[in-house]
Amino acid sequence: MKVQLREPKFVMKLSKLGSFHQTKLSFLRSFLNEFKDWKYKRDLFDLDEYGYGRAVYSFQKKKRIYSLVCFANKINDDERSDRVIATKWDAAFTLHDGIPTKLDLDRLSENVPKQEVGRVSYKELTLSRANKSLRIFEHVVESLSNGVQPDKNILSKVGYLYRTTAVYGSGKFGLADRFRIKNRKEINGPFRLEMMLVYLVRQFTFDQVNHIAKNKNPKKAVELDPDICRNLGIGNSTGLGMAPFIVNHPTLLNNWILAKETVLKKIREIKNVDPKELELFRNCLIKSQKNIENWKTESEFQIKKINELKIDLEKFSKYLNNQLDINKEYLFNDIYNWAENNLTDEGIEYIVSLMMEPYDNIVKPMINEMSSDEDEYFEIPTSRTIQELRNILENNYSEILKIDFSDKQSNQNFWFISKNKEEPRLADRYLQKGSELEQPLAIARDIKRLYQKISNEKNSSSVGNFLIKNSELRHVVRRAFIVEKFPYAEIQDNIIGSKLIPIDMLRLKLSFFGANKFDPRSDKWLRICMFQGAPLPNELNSFSEQWIYNSLN
Amino acid sequence: MKSYSEIDTTVKRASKAIGFSWGDSEEIGKCIRLLEMLGISGVRNLNSYFKVYNKQKFQNINLISKDNSSSIPYCPISAGLNFLNQISHMEELSEISISNIAYPVLLIPFISRASYISGKKILLKIDGQNLLLNFNQSIYSNFSGKDVLEKSKSINIKFLENVNLFSEDEWKELYKLSEDTFVEESDELKEVAAGAGLTDND
Repeated sequence: MKVQLREPKFVMKLSKLGSFHQTKLSFLRSFLNEFKDWKYKRDLFDLDEYGYGRAVYSFQKKKRIYSLVCFANKINDDERSDRVIATKWDAAFTLHDGIPTKLDLDRLSENVPKQEVGRVSYKELTLSRANKSLRIFEHVVESLSNGVQPDKNILSKVGYLYRTTAVYGSGKFGLADRFRIKNRKEINGPFRLEMMLVYLVRQFTFDQVNHIAKNKNPKKAVELDPDICRNLGIGNSTGLGMAPFIVNHPTLLNNWILAKETVLKKIREIKNVDPKELELFRNCLIKSQKNIENWKTESEFQIKKINELKIDLEKFSKYLNNQLDINKEYLFNDIYNWAENNLTDEGIEYIVSLMMEPYDNIVKPMINEMSSDEDEYFEIPTSRTIQELRNILENNYSEILKIDFSDKQSNQNFWFISKNKEEPRLADRYLQKGSELEQPLAIARDIKRLYQKISNEKNSSSVGNFLIKNSELRHVVRRAFIVEKFPYAEIQDNIIGSKLIPIDMLRLKLSFFGANKFDPRSDKWLRICMFQGAPLPNELNSFSEQWIYNSLN
Repeated sequence: MKSYSEIDTTVKRASKAIGFSWGDSEEIGKCIRLLEMLGISGVRNLNSYFKVYNKQKFQNINLISKDNSSSIPYCPISAGLNFLNQISHMEELSEISISNIAYPVLLIPFISRASYISGKKILLKIDGQNLLLNFNQSIYSNFSGKDVLEKSKSINIKFLENVNLFSEDEWKELYKLSEDTFVEESDELKEVAAGAGLTDND
């Protein structure tokens, strides 16, 4: 039986994309699999009694070494901010290519703590900073220094000791350009070095908290229990900076979504599902339901979604236990169809994630397909005709062409770059100033303009001739030809409309990172947790593939 | 050192700020990045051009013909963009000349990309200095590329036919040498070492 890929106009709606969950394809999970046979080492740990100083951690395989360089600094409580306008952080990090020399460390100590206003070099690969979760960090130090383990209930409310507030890569602030390293096999997956940085930062937070507790009370202090460590992740506070990424990298977005959709299709096409595979799926469902109980948020938007998910999973469990005929062929196709007909987007996408768990053989080959050499698709085929362009627009943007942009609400917002921090922002076109400096992210509006404009052109005329007179539409002409080859490259929604929920865009990207426990703090920023439940670095050579469902159970 | 990613992004934004469309600005960002990677000073030339861009008059070339001349200096970016827009027509012209173009260095990356798109090498002459553009992979040139060049009197662009740079005899000599890696086939080897039989009539 052949199952069709889900259609882009169904999958690429923001409400759908904003309901995605982590999967086996997620970057932090594929990172751990790729680096499980690398040698982990703490090379330097030079902190004072209060935990301030520098540390270096590394992963090594043969001659290749990646080193995380950490700088922990004293800051006042009133200086601690998750916003990108902050200028001081509890700790700052960079991933260095190779072993840093003393000169490198001195150079980095002058620059890494400054983050955006410092400069790093082509020898550095990623850059980040993080702040302590004060309520958790102090509780853990206090407990350990008194010889007792921290209260797991308190820990479960947050899930991490530190949260990062930005992770930069690919040439920013002088970091290595992607082309310098793109042929390395071990990083042939998106954001793999960013994942490495975050993972090693997690270990630094455990080492730091143990170190401070030990110095506070050398005779009585105990170390944080490895089981508790394993169940702590790294938080991340993310705002709009992440949202334009998925618009600005259409081929990459396509490859992420296509990988997910291809895996789903292949699983639905399995004729005879092995009972062991069904059992693994069932176990993951049961374990993951406990995770959902620990998904805390004050966001009414998210609380509603979590409640819907809980109801969905109760319904689904009943279906799985009472209605599903497990002797039927194409079992997962039945499961998927039932989910699509009976559950919300949250529930459907959750089941899709769980369906992947038994199928390493299907998932792993797709992981290598999730990068993209974007420059290859930059050129516009200017000799193509207007008729061809029109066909592409009608075939790939049918939902967008239905949007009425004469309606004020369809144009409500505009995206801009803030002058003080060079970060993307979203504002109301009719209330705030600056729309004349709008970023080229209003793809739906501009695609519709393009469609209207070419209606007056001769079908046989070339796209090149059209561009001579209409250069203001060049950016969307390029996109149209990209979408022709990459059907999942475009969000099939209006991201300047009044109904936009920007965190849907963030959640899409973060789900591919492998984040969970999405905790929106407004419609424009959220907190998440990464690597919660993940093996510790010294456990990487042997760990459960389903570790993500084991946190705090 | 600025990364190439930073150069691309900053040039794109600066180009939009000076008055180009976003789509054109994306092209300019990629082109200046390319120049810098090839060791030609793109940022310096672009910066100099942008300083005068809104103060002086520059002529846009829309439809490029075999011979193009203007008393007002041509805009190199408009010329480059429209060269790409009309690439199939440009190939038909085979050889194109443009007189009086401002900041000609900025035209180079567009023509280099045209070489890749057309699949042909292009010989670009800027006031007598030669640049051989090799499918956007490299540039062979006697042009230093370090300075700002404010104007060029004459530019000539020639699509080169895909021909080898060596003679048939030179090729044969080399091929003969390569044959020394082959095994002479005996009758027995002819029978057993290939998949099909010696006669395959059916």
